[in-house]
Amino acid sequence: MVKAFLRDYPTEARLLLVVLAIVLFLSLASDSFLTLVNFTSLLNNTAVNLIWAVGLLVVLIAGGIDISFAVAASVVQYVAVYVFEAMGGGNWAIGFIVAGALGIALGFVNATLIHHFRIITIVVTIATFNAFFGLLMFFTSGRFLYNLPDWWVDRIIIFERQTADGTWAELTLPVAVMAVCLGATWLLINRTTLGRQLFAFGDNPEGARRLGINIALMQFLAFGWMGMMAGIGGLMQVNIVQEVVPNALIGRELDVLAAVVLGGARLGGGRGSVLGCVLGVMIVALTQNGLNLMGVSPFAFKMVVGAIILIAISASNLSFARRVRPPVGGWK
Amino acid sequence: MSRLVKRLRATYGDDVLGLVAFLLLVVIGFSLATPRFLSAANFDSMAFQLPVLGLLTLAMLAPIISGGLNLAIIFTANISGLTLAAILNYYGGVDAPFWAFVLGAGAALLVGAFFGFLMGAVIAYVGAHPILVSLAMMIFLRGLGEFLTRGGDISGFPDYLKPIGHGFILGVPVPLIIFAVVAFAMHVLLSHTRHGFSVYMIGSNIDATRYSGVHTQRTLTLIYTISGLLCAIAGILMLTRFNSVRVGHGEALLLVTVLACFLGGVDPFGGFGRVVPVVLALVILQVLSSGLNLLGANQHLSTAVWGLFLIAVMVLRFVVGRVRERFEKRRN
Repeated sequence: MVKAFLRDYPTEARLLLVVLAIVLFLSLASDSFLTLVNFTSLLNNTAVNLIWAVGLLVVLIAGGIDISFAVAASVVQYVAVYVFEAMGGGNWAIGFIVAGALGIALGFVNATLIHHFRIITIVVTIATFNAFFGLLMFFTSGRFLYNLPDWWVDRIIIFERQTADGTWAELTLPVAVMAVCLGATWLLINRTTLGRQLFAFGDNPEGARRLGINIALMQFLAFGWMGMMAGIGGLMQVNIVQEVVPNALIGRELDVLAAVVLGGARLGGGRGSVLGCVLGVMIVALTQNGLNLMGVSPFAFKMVVGAIILIAISASNLSFARRVRPPVGGWK
Repeated sequence: MSRLVKRLRATYGDDVLGLVAFLLLVVIGFSLATPRFLSAANFDSMAFQLPVLGLLTLAMLAPIISGGLNLAIIFTANISGLTLAAILNYYGGVDAPFWAFVLGAGAALLVGAFFGFLMGAVIAYVGAHPILVSLAMMIFLRGLGEFLTRGGDISGFPDYLKPIGHGFILGVPVPLIIFAVVAFAMHVLLSHTRHGFSVYMIGSNIDATRYSGVHTQRTLTLIYTISGLLCAIAGILMLTRFNSVRVGHGEALLLVTVLACFLGGVDPFGGFGRVVPVVLALVILQVLSSGLNLLGANQHLSTAVWGLFLIAVMVLRFVVGRVRERFEKRRN
């Protein structure tokens, strides 16, 4: 079984080794790293990024790229506040439906432009990134919203345990939602016909079309899924920070993209896995967490993270330099 | 008349004529909407604002034509500006002698070219995807800059720098002259030199280019080195324009430069794209933002309009292509 895993998932296997090496190093370097409290807080902090990461994964598998999802999440947060107000409060069930539906709607905007006007995904999502962000900032004037429904901002603890030194290790709702999103995405891309078609479509769109795969359905599925994850991630982000700030999430899209591609999803489509996605996000999160515990200046975090990503991609490409040469016609 | 149109189309291409028509339309629209649009003050303010975005867009252009992307341009510019600021401050800040500026500018250009070279070398010799490499470099440079400045501003520069950012030579704003010179140099480099020819070939088909005897790796390294150099020029100009350096200055321009390239008809897959239409696209973006500003809108609405404008242009290109296809089919 291990052999099969190594053969079928070479990228994931290598990443797993890197993660284990980081964990080993950090547990030797810092006493507080390998503790339940640190582990749970790490999960709480990465939940939203992971939700977005699996959404982006589906788009990448289908051969696209999405720059607009973090801004779309901000739009969903802002609109959702007003929807909940109009409905007289709302609750979690309504919250998920509203956030998911708004996210899907924004994803469909991208999919419509991509499919019906044959515009390439990076052009569309850069355009919608600017359009969504500009309109959001224009209509909100950058105003923060604090007056949110109680159910939305209350901490919901799904797991808690007191550790030996008296501190509490807790997992909050976003972690549970993240787990569901991961599971659902895994089911979608591995256990459904539609999901398998996504791989075929991403690898070779023209071939997939001639096989009779519904191209429009593929685009709407990929960007709809991404939009839904963007919306749900946005909903969870508010639960954590307890406020809605229109420009808080901008810039996160590139961090998530770097982590997902680090996790083996191919820019250009047809390859990627949920496990790789999780490992990619975890490498970045573990590095930051470890540097924090070792008392490194927070200003140096990003520098080290950038250097590690750069080294990781260099290392993972060098050993395969012959095999992963740029495909005919460039990289995209 | 039709002969004139035909000759113009043959000389400049459809994309340039289309953009000129757009530009005229926008200019006429704004002149009718507000009398202040066709004023010397407005033209001066546009001429001072355009060059920073323009230089950054030129830095983005060659990487896109070669089938890649350089997401690190803003932070390369910031780090270069930081180098100049540090050297000026070391030699007395406000009282720094002129040779300190020459030394600092030289060092800034060297730093910009160095990080570009590093990126180019990783892309060319490791074979990793340019988006990923430049993304990692972006995260690294942002971290490095924040680490060095602790997130603060550096200001206090000698008075003789003011003319570079705010002065006129023969009635033309100095930044515009710098931009025009660089744009002309890029035009010559891309359309009249061996290197330029190789850039287009690599963007069309990197494998075929390699087999035709072009040293693709050296060309790729040079593309990103020059891109870094242009970023450094933009960084120096930003320093003189804003009279301060902060890491993250101009961060919002990153995706606008990509937008300007696509608007200027650059093929997102690489292989096609010219300097002249890109400069025209930049002028259109600047006119849109200045005009909206005069009408009382803020920068955020301009951002939204830029995004919507790109969508409109892409949709229009699609429709025109479709109509032309039908027309030719009927003729045959």
